[in-house]
Amino acid sequence: MPASDGASILRPRLPMDRDLGAAPCGFRGRILGIRPIASAGLTAEEMERRLLELGFVEGAAVEILHQGLFGRDPIAVRVEATTIALRRSEAAAILVGPRD
Amino acid sequence: MNDQSIAQRRFHIALVGNPNCGKTALFNALTGSHQHVANYPGVTVERKEGSVTTETGRRVQLLDLPGTYSLRARSPDEVVTRDVVLGRQAGVAPPDLLVCVADATNLRLGLRLALELKRLDRPVVLVLNMFDIAKHRGMEIDTGQLAARLGMPVVTAIAVRRGGTAALLAAIDRLAEAALPPLPSSASPTWEPPDATGIRRLQQEADRLLEAAVRTPDRRDPLTRRLDAVLLQPVAGLAILLAVLFLMFQAVFAWAAPAMEAIDAGFQALGAMIGATLPQTGALGLLRSFLQDGLIAGVGSVLVFLPQILILFMFILLLEDFGYMARAAFLMDRIMGGAGLHGRAFIPLLSSFACAIPGIMATRVIDSRRDRLATILVAPLMTCSARIPVYTLIIGAFIPDRPVGSGAWSWIGLQGLVMFGLYAAGIVSALGMSFVFKRLLWRRTPSEPFMLELPDYKLPRPRNILLGLWQRAKAFLRRAGTIILSMMVLIWFLSSVPRPPEGATEPAIEYSLAYGIGRAVEPILAPIGFNWQIGVALIPGMAAREVAVASLGTVYAVEDAEEHAGQLGQALASKWSLATALAFLAWYIFAPQCVATLGVIRRETGSLRWMWFSFGYMLALAYLAAFLTFQTARYLGAG
Repeated sequence: MPASDGASILRPRLPMDRDLGAAPCGFRGRILGIRPIASAGLTAEEMERRLLELGFVEGAAVEILHQGLFGRDPIAVRVEATTIALRRSEAAAILVGPRD
Repeated sequence: MNDQSIAQRRFHIALVGNPNCGKTALFNALTGSHQHVANYPGVTVERKEGSVTTETGRRVQLLDLPGTYSLRARSPDEVVTRDVVLGRQAGVAPPDLLVCVADATNLRLGLRLALELKRLDRPVVLVLNMFDIAKHRGMEIDTGQLAARLGMPVVTAIAVRRGGTAALLAAIDRLAEAALPPLPSSASPTWEPPDATGIRRLQQEADRLLEAAVRTPDRRDPLTRRLDAVLLQPVAGLAILLAVLFLMFQAVFAWAAPAMEAIDAGFQALGAMIGATLPQTGALGLLRSFLQDGLIAGVGSVLVFLPQILILFMFILLLEDFGYMARAAFLMDRIMGGAGLHGRAFIPLLSSFACAIPGIMATRVIDSRRDRLATILVAPLMTCSARIPVYTLIIGAFIPDRPVGSGAWSWIGLQGLVMFGLYAAGIVSALGMSFVFKRLLWRRTPSEPFMLELPDYKLPRPRNILLGLWQRAKAFLRRAGTIILSMMVLIWFLSSVPRPPEGATEPAIEYSLAYGIGRAVEPILAPIGFNWQIGVALIPGMAAREVAVASLGTVYAVEDAEEHAGQLGQALASKWSLATALAFLAWYIFAPQCVATLGVIRRETGSLRWMWFSFGYMLALAYLAAFLTFQTARYLGAG
């Protein structure tokens, strides 16, 4: 059965656990962590530092406000009181869960 | 320290802050017109410096540093900020006081920067800028609590209001009194860039500070929310961006016309006055020719474009101040990405519409070398304002001034439409070439991430716009007064010397040195429909593109010395075929850069190879485009 196959592989801890890159426009949640993803020619460590510098820190409330026309990319994310534009491939490093 | 030595030694302050924190507005408010812009030695980062006198009469030297989120510098701009702050920048006095500017409406990232600065053990004062907007939005900021927890003075400021910097100036006075003599500079070498854990810890500390001292109503700025709902709507947003660009070019073309006519008339009157006072022949005749045909006609034909350049810059500055430029980058990232460019390249490329030099310098916001190089290579393809003179002249002479449509569409003129088409051709070729470069030169290197803050919209402040315009106008006039003027004198010399013999039957120019040069290059230019006069004009056009027009003016003015009142446009319309005119336009879409642009490319890429590469590829494209245009137009019967 497909359902039991799915249960055997690694699943997110919570139903709403996912990365911000895959979240739909309008998504509201909280940052659980930054996972190491080397993206766009940057090392995972550098990627993490850049995201942190823009305020993507554990516990911060996030909301996807807007997305682009082509491939729903890039996205405009509200991080606390700041709005940051980034690509979905970069947002994939940000793990998010529900607000409360 | 006694009073005398305080007066002798200037107090140095550096302004540090996030991008979009209103730092430049604060700098403008503090220094007013007492500021000048230069470069840091060895790099092309803009060095904005100014001075201010405090209440107690103390002269303070202010340095506006490039915006940054952290001292962990990645781009050349941020390196300068870091090095000045650490007191390592050559040629810059280590600052006696760091003024950390933060947007009061958006303190989170600003507070982290303040914490980062605090660890340097240098005097820091935190300025909560745009405090009026924060209050208006219902934010409550306990500055006493912030100051106590941060361990640094905290003052509020409203950069855009008269007297809005009083608290900051008073704090500077107090600190200047206390801080002299300066702290030992041994603190700087121990600095290490923070790692992920360090940044995380600082941000969490900043978040705790916010929690304790700031109460924010849980809603976004309503104006920004409503505007973004439309301006960032996937389809409508792109349509509006296009409309904004279209309006910008219509404005450049239509609004500038009265001012341009006035300038033109002024120079013609001046020329006529000189023509009436000096004789036609003899040594004074040569002087008359020099003043009238060389100096006045040459400088006039360039200065006449000042209104258009100012209108274009006004749009760019307004959109930047308003907060729209970051949105434009957001909307364009995917489209530019398709062409192998970074979303951030949008702003440098848009600046290149004014001039490729600030555009190329603006590529420093792009961190990755590959993305930056691709942007530098194609930036000169964007139609810079130096090409406006060329386009305006040819369009004015060859394209009929009539509306394209009727009724609601009658405001769209055919001339404006052709102008828009030329700009569009520049954009399309820039995107096309960067796509080709990506395929040929950097097939394996991935593109840099796109991360950009979208600031809240703010009403642009006339004072900031005017200061920006004044700086641009000064730069243009300086250019017109030096490079362009000297080229004009050279062209006049080539086209006037030697003088025709007594009783000459041909126009005077056919006896000149220019005629010889023009004739020599004519065979190369014949397949693209250029005559020898264009050949003469193209050579100084390399010095600065708009000189091509001035040179044509000089060449034709000298040729038609008797019917001097005739406008250059009319002269061209009677002497060029439509095919030649179109080929000339096509040439100038791609025309090789002016010498100044080539110099900037060399400086910014640090390599002669890239400079010659960009010169060569643009020359090849220009020749090819003019050839195809001329041959096609002739085939269609326009030759």
